[in-house]
Amino acid sequence: MSAGWPLLSLLIWLPIVGGIVVLWLGERRQLMAKTAALLFAVLNFYLCIPLYCDFNNTTAAMQFVERYPWIESFNIYYHLGIDGIALPLIILTVLMTVLVVVAGWEVIQKNVAQYMAAFLIMEGLMIGVFAALDSILFYIFFEAMLIPMFIIIGIWGGANRVYATLKFFLYTFLGSVLMLVALIYMYSRSGGLDGGSFAILDFHYLQLSGVEQFWIFLAFLLAFGVKVPMWPVHTWLPDAHVEAPTGGSVILAAITLKIGGYGFLRFALPITPDASAQLVGWVIALSLIAVVYIGFVALAQRDMKKLIAYSSIAHMGFVTLGLFVAFAVATNNIADASQTALLGLQGAMVQMVSHGFVSAAMFLCVGVLYDRMHSREISDYGGVINTMPVFAAFMVLFSMANAGLPGTSGFVGEFMVILASFQANFWYAFLAATTLILGAAYTLWLLKRVLFGEIANERVGALQDIDRREFGVLGLLALGVIALGVWPQPLLDVMQPSVEQLVTHMLAGKL
Amino acid sequence: MINSFQELSILLPEIFLLGMACLILVLDLFLSQRLRAVTFWLTQLSLLVTLFLSLKLLPDATAFAFGESFIHDPMSVLLKAAIYIIIAAVFFYSRAYLHERNMHKGEYYVLGLFAVLGMMIMVSAYSLLVLYLGLELLSLSLYAMVAFNRDSAQASEAAMKYFVLGALASGMLLYGISMIYGVTGELGIPAVSAAVAETGRDNIVLVFGLCFVMVGLAFKLGAVPFHMWVPDVYQGAPTAVTLFIGTAPKIAGFAMMMRVLVDSLGALQADWQAMLVVLVILSLAIGNIIAIAQTNLKRMLAYSTIAHVGFILMGILTGSATGYSAAMFYSIVYALMTLGGFGMIILLSRNGFEADRLDDFKGLNERSPWFAFMMLIFMFSMAGVPPLVGFHAKLAVLSAVVETGMVWLAVVAVLFSVIGAFYYLRIIKLMYFDPAEQREQINKSFDFKLVLSANGLAVLGFGLYPGLLMAWCIAALV
Repeated sequence: MSAGWPLLSLLIWLPIVGGIVVLWLGERRQLMAKTAALLFAVLNFYLCIPLYCDFNNTTAAMQFVERYPWIESFNIYYHLGIDGIALPLIILTVLMTVLVVVAGWEVIQKNVAQYMAAFLIMEGLMIGVFAALDSILFYIFFEAMLIPMFIIIGIWGGANRVYATLKFFLYTFLGSVLMLVALIYMYSRSGGLDGGSFAILDFHYLQLSGVEQFWIFLAFLLAFGVKVPMWPVHTWLPDAHVEAPTGGSVILAAITLKIGGYGFLRFALPITPDASAQLVGWVIALSLIAVVYIGFVALAQRDMKKLIAYSSIAHMGFVTLGLFVAFAVATNNIADASQTALLGLQGAMVQMVSHGFVSAAMFLCVGVLYDRMHSREISDYGGVINTMPVFAAFMVLFSMANAGLPGTSGFVGEFMVILASFQANFWYAFLAATTLILGAAYTLWLLKRVLFGEIANERVGALQDIDRREFGVLGLLALGVIALGVWPQPLLDVMQPSVEQLVTHMLAGKL
Repeated sequence: MINSFQELSILLPEIFLLGMACLILVLDLFLSQRLRAVTFWLTQLSLLVTLFLSLKLLPDATAFAFGESFIHDPMSVLLKAAIYIIIAAVFFYSRAYLHERNMHKGEYYVLGLFAVLGMMIMVSAYSLLVLYLGLELLSLSLYAMVAFNRDSAQASEAAMKYFVLGALASGMLLYGISMIYGVTGELGIPAVSAAVAETGRDNIVLVFGLCFVMVGLAFKLGAVPFHMWVPDVYQGAPTAVTLFIGTAPKIAGFAMMMRVLVDSLGALQADWQAMLVVLVILSLAIGNIIAIAQTNLKRMLAYSTIAHVGFILMGILTGSATGYSAAMFYSIVYALMTLGGFGMIILLSRNGFEADRLDDFKGLNERSPWFAFMMLIFMFSMAGVPPLVGFHAKLAVLSAVVETGMVWLAVVAVLFSVIGAFYYLRIIKLMYFDPAEQREQINKSFDFKLVLSANGLAVLGFGLYPGLLMAWCIAALV
């Protein structure tokens, strides 16, 4: 039915055009602007249905490919296409945008049209990141994304928003410009002006010496490590998450962090496999520090959003661990390295998607409380369950998922990654598994202090339970969390061939 | 006789513009203040016709005039077309500015046209002496324009400073040219080039000549350490004139660099490359770092210009055709972005209020979301954030640099760009995140707003589809 349609271009440009329409409707026609925003977000969601249905999950080749010359003098193409790694992330993006638009419906009072438009434009750019197959096109989407996010945090953020948004922008910008130099270097290595190419898939097969790979890998590590974020370049995240409006936190946590992980999958692992193998010890060390140390940091937070932000960093530590752990196996000469790699990569992917749901849900829960109390301090709450029983049920569910309880999506990814780490080294797995204790500790303690106990003060006593709009948003996420936890197979099936191909590619090496 | 007619026909745009400038000069005397618009539209018409003459009437092939001292080639056509278009927009912005301050005099346009003529000659010069003549015609017009508001002490000071330092730079340049002449006995660019290739790099006088020429050129472009005049002149001059100085003359400056360094002294490439590396790194460093400390927007844009000049020079120093076309692309894009930046200052200003402090941009998003968005485009473009055209300009230069094997220089350049991003972001922060201090309505005419919007959309549009302009720049240098 949808064959022949430039589905990916539609997915990218429809929300951007929608954003312009919403901006044009402006602040004076608020309701129309909001409705238009919702309409475009939902329309884009419908576009995902043919994308998913027509996706062929028996091949690792790129699908829905579009390729037109764009900047011919540099051989840059408008080249789009997705495989099983990009597809789940695109669907996640589209879903989150709908939720964010709904979640911001009544809450945002200032410049509503600009708020909605920023998220729509952001959606288009993020899908562009996942769909781009030309590295310059990727870079353009990757960087352009900073503009709406900068504005979102800066206009609708909390008290310290200006500091947070500048820090966010400059950190990410610094990380990515060096990657730009690396991309240009590879272009010039692939032939430069005489037939050189910026295509990502060509880079996968570009022969690079060990030294070249080393430097290029460092550029990738910085660019995507900042985005993920890895310890020690994570410090922008607590600031940005805490100061951003709820919608901004949701998109940051659910999607933009995934772009870091996706970047590793698409660039670092296949382009610089030997450097990845060489530096794997460092990456794993950083990942484990993120898991263990940041877990303890989360335990000490007094601010709910900060706590969730730190728990995001810890969870993303699992992602980077899963991505790289296979190289540790290969160096220890264990025969079924590729089996481990498969497990690790799939675990990382599942963890990314699951964290998309869980962190979004957690931030939305905090948003629900914040909209009523205008405080993020844990100590201002207590006994919320007495006045908001339905909300409390949701929050308990999401917290359990955050802690990695079996039966929720949080468990699947973490379990796979821990299993893969066992193949590499007992201690990796041991340290990674501490998250099950730490995660449970900080989330349960959060629950205890916020939800349970006596009603702490009269403001908590006066709280209203969630309305239908909030119920819808949280309910949808709850469905996703449970579905993914009980039956993750569809997700695994979709990415199986692509991940398998990536594994052969990265374990073969280039030297 | 026939031959010289053919030669003259190559100069048709120059001759026409000169004639029009003289005509407007005389005609303007008889116009009352009420009819000043006639001067303005006549000026615009002259630019339009000149554009047409340059693009359509001239042969496609390279041609020479006056014993090979004047050249018509694809590069000159593209650069001239860019200059006309930029200057036409400059006049649109300036008219509003001058009109509000009762400074709307015909002399501004006449001087402006003479400056354009100077730039055209610089772009097309194929002899060092002709080049110098063009440069002086441009500079003298600009000196007078800076002092255009004769009641302003600040402007007079700026004009004085500009004149003294500019004359010094011209002297340096001329001294360098005389040394080159002393060694080679030639002034025509192809002849000099041949002679220099024969003499080689060992000739100490030649290298000295190159040094002086380089100092002169760096002065004119405002590269560090010869940049001291730039911030003072940018700040002191009326915004309408700063706008003029900051845009098209850089394009002409690029042409001058090309004609002198690449076309005449190509054999000394290793020498000027080494000098340019120093200029580039210093310009990027000083331009980007000092800009952070500025509270005056015009001054900040002056330092940002210095940083952009660093990028333009970086394209030239690669010594490759890719680098030259990248530098050319960069200089045109730079002019377009700067035009918009100063246009925004004029948009917000009114008589007695210059709108040139950073704080004057506070809360612009509440007053006018559209123009706040335009400024956002200009600032992000200058910072080199995609999808705006400033990114493609940086990309083109960086790929030329990497192609030459100087990856370290590319890394240095991008690191300074990150520092530079901070001060552009600060403007956006003021516009979007801070409450407004000024509540006045923006009271500019419709055509002003239209040109400014077109300017912003051009920066966005070329960013989304940079292929065409880039292809032109590459074709111009083959």
